[in-house]
Amino acid sequence: MKHATLEKNSILLLVCILIVVSIGGIVQIAPLFWIDSTIEKVQGMRPYTPLEQAGRDIYVREGCYTCHSQMVRTLRDEVERYGHYSLAAESMYDHPFQWGSKRTGPDLARVGGKYSDQWHVEHMIDPRAVVPESIMPGYPWLAARTVDAADVAERIKTLRAVGVPYTDEMIEKARTDLAAQADPESKAARELLQRYPKAKVAKFDGRPGGEVTELDAVIAYLQVLGTLVDFTSFDAAGPSLR
Amino acid sequence: MVDTAVERRAFADAAAALGCGLGVALGLVLALKSTDPVMAFHGSLLALAGLAGGLFILKSSFGPDGGKPADDEDYLDGPIKVATIAAVVWGIAGFAIGDFIAWQMAFPALNFDLPWTSFGRMRPLHTSAVVFAFGGNALIATSLYVVQRTCHARLAGRWSPYFVVWGYQLFIVIAGTGYLLGVTQSKEYAEPEWYADLWLTVVWVVYLLVFLGTIARRREPHIYVANWFYLAFIVTIAMLHIVNNLALPVSLTGTQSYVVFAGVQDAMTQWWYGHNAVGFFLTAGFLGIMYYFIPKRVERPVYSYRLSIVHFWTLIFLYIWAGPHHLHYTALPDWAQTLGMTFSVMLWMPSWGGMINGLMTLSGAWDKLRTDPVVRLLVVSVAFYGMSTFEGPLMSIKAVNSLSHYTDWTIGHVHSGALGWVAMVSFGAIYCLVPWLWKRRGLYSLRLVEWHFWISTVGILLYITAMWVSGILQGLMWRAYDSLGFLQYSFVESVEAMKPFYMIRALGGLLFVIGGLIMAYNVWRTVRGDEPVDAMEQPRIAAAPELRPVAAE
Repeated sequence: MKHATLEKNSILLLVCILIVVSIGGIVQIAPLFWIDSTIEKVQGMRPYTPLEQAGRDIYVREGCYTCHSQMVRTLRDEVERYGHYSLAAESMYDHPFQWGSKRTGPDLARVGGKYSDQWHVEHMIDPRAVVPESIMPGYPWLAARTVDAADVAERIKTLRAVGVPYTDEMIEKARTDLAAQADPESKAARELLQRYPKAKVAKFDGRPGGEVTELDAVIAYLQVLGTLVDFTSFDAAGPSLR
Repeated sequence: MVDTAVERRAFADAAAALGCGLGVALGLVLALKSTDPVMAFHGSLLALAGLAGGLFILKSSFGPDGGKPADDEDYLDGPIKVATIAAVVWGIAGFAIGDFIAWQMAFPALNFDLPWTSFGRMRPLHTSAVVFAFGGNALIATSLYVVQRTCHARLAGRWSPYFVVWGYQLFIVIAGTGYLLGVTQSKEYAEPEWYADLWLTVVWVVYLLVFLGTIARRREPHIYVANWFYLAFIVTIAMLHIVNNLALPVSLTGTQSYVVFAGVQDAMTQWWYGHNAVGFFLTAGFLGIMYYFIPKRVERPVYSYRLSIVHFWTLIFLYIWAGPHHLHYTALPDWAQTLGMTFSVMLWMPSWGGMINGLMTLSGAWDKLRTDPVVRLLVVSVAFYGMSTFEGPLMSIKAVNSLSHYTDWTIGHVHSGALGWVAMVSFGAIYCLVPWLWKRRGLYSLRLVEWHFWISTVGILLYITAMWVSGILQGLMWRAYDSLGFLQYSFVESVEAMKPFYMIRALGGLLFVIGGLIMAYNVWRTVRGDEPVDAMEQPRIAAAPELRPVAAE
């Protein structure tokens, strides 16, 4: 076929372009949905609690991903600096993913449990109060805003619709669970822990009895990052090796 | 015959007015029903835009000229003028926001501890403003200009071209204000939420139809090479945009949605999109500009027809595969990483093929590089294209990427492409277009183009050299070990080391903003109709076609 045929027929040209540009994406994306070893088999992964998810939504809203990655690469210095390299399984409930593309600040994939809640409070309100060389913006308004709990059940229901394994009970109890995670002494908090093992229950912003703030939510989210997978039972050389 | 034309026109007016009415209704419903303040705000914007559009259509339909059949012989340049001015205005806004956040990185107090001015919200505003608002308008303006001239046909549609241009501006306003108010889905260069994405899809499909419809009316048997690139840009962006933005809204009257993909699949889809936003928006589209404006301005044919064919098909085939190089050493399976790297390295060849085709078009006219600063902008942009398309494959090699990834080197690479290639070729095209569209004898001042060229070039060089040094320094500090085998630097030490380079970068950016302002002044004086101050120095091609000296024709 002469190239002139394409140059004289716009629809044929259009169809050929579409075919040519589709191939790469089909080959690279589609298999990720059906090759079993893409996502490792691990113990301990669970969906985010309503408060953690609310914190995640705020993390997305504030564009934290523009400076922080959540992906420890399989490189020696990164594993020593941040901890075990990130597994695909660790972000399998992340809609959208937050792997990031730039580290103006450090990686956060395993930040959970590394600092105290109090440190996070001070750091979020005024980063340079705890890290003088930091260039992170301050987020003082998070402490003043009550977390928007009105549609938390709807949000979790939507997440279930896109594939996160929330149960009916989790959706039904979403609002109580959201408040309970910031109310350590409550009975509801004990129920929350049965639904979401390893969840951290605390009044994260250090103001017991107060409203659940956006700061509570963000810190709850940061504190769970990278803590769920049980690495004692994870075998990188096992059958789930990519 | 006249009757059908009148009927067709009345039908087009009625349909367009009906569309505007629908927009007003939908906007009002959202404005009044939504409990989400941002959605209510964006609903009222839609209603206002619909109202303005509707009034304009009714005015022209029932006004003094109403009912007269359109002159189908002329080119339709009104929407192109709008997009050209929009490119200049959004460009300066986008550069200025970029420079502001560059200063934030040197002086964090500039975040003001306020949500609307913090880096995390401003950075997507910057990227979207320069890529989509500046670049997008430059592409819409040039593509609609080029397709008419190379097909010898008027744009298809009576109101559709206006809808494309103004609908696109509405998308930009909705997306940009959304970011500042905290509405984002966090996928880089695809941050707008589901409703803005749907709106853009509608605008984009109409854009494709206008473009194809104009090609279908052509009076030339062959479709010119620039149009292949524009066509590939339009359809591929449609495909990427729709797939990457598949999301489920929490409520139809709320802004929040969740992307249907998760984790590793989402990452792969995002960078399939993200890299091809570079490949098809910022490369294929602008190659369309190169293939029309360079030959036109230097009055020489494209160097090699055969090379353009090879360039076109290999470029669009290979680019799509390059996405995984953004995910080296991550939890993306190795086979995908390897494919991404391999294709990225191969991509070097078509890129340089295109560069050679652009540069060699100057054969026999190299003196114009000295005498015409517009030619210099166009040619230097192609040189930057060559440089960054060499750097890109280099950085996609896994061993190099392990050092460069997550650092400022990537930022520098992006800007050598974005400032050096995309912006410079757009400046060149804008300087060509403005006198041609507004029917002037030339630009107000070619001397000012000279100033713009040099100030921007120095700005770019400061920017990219600062980012090379800071990026490589960062990468080396993160992986440095001391003699006892411990990591030598804490993370924050690498942050501290960046400060001088962030200042140099912000200074380079400032020069680039100043260059943009010079251009805006020059464009404004030209549009206003001021006589060129250096008419004798301008090439004949600088004048609008109908005002060029006939003898040389």
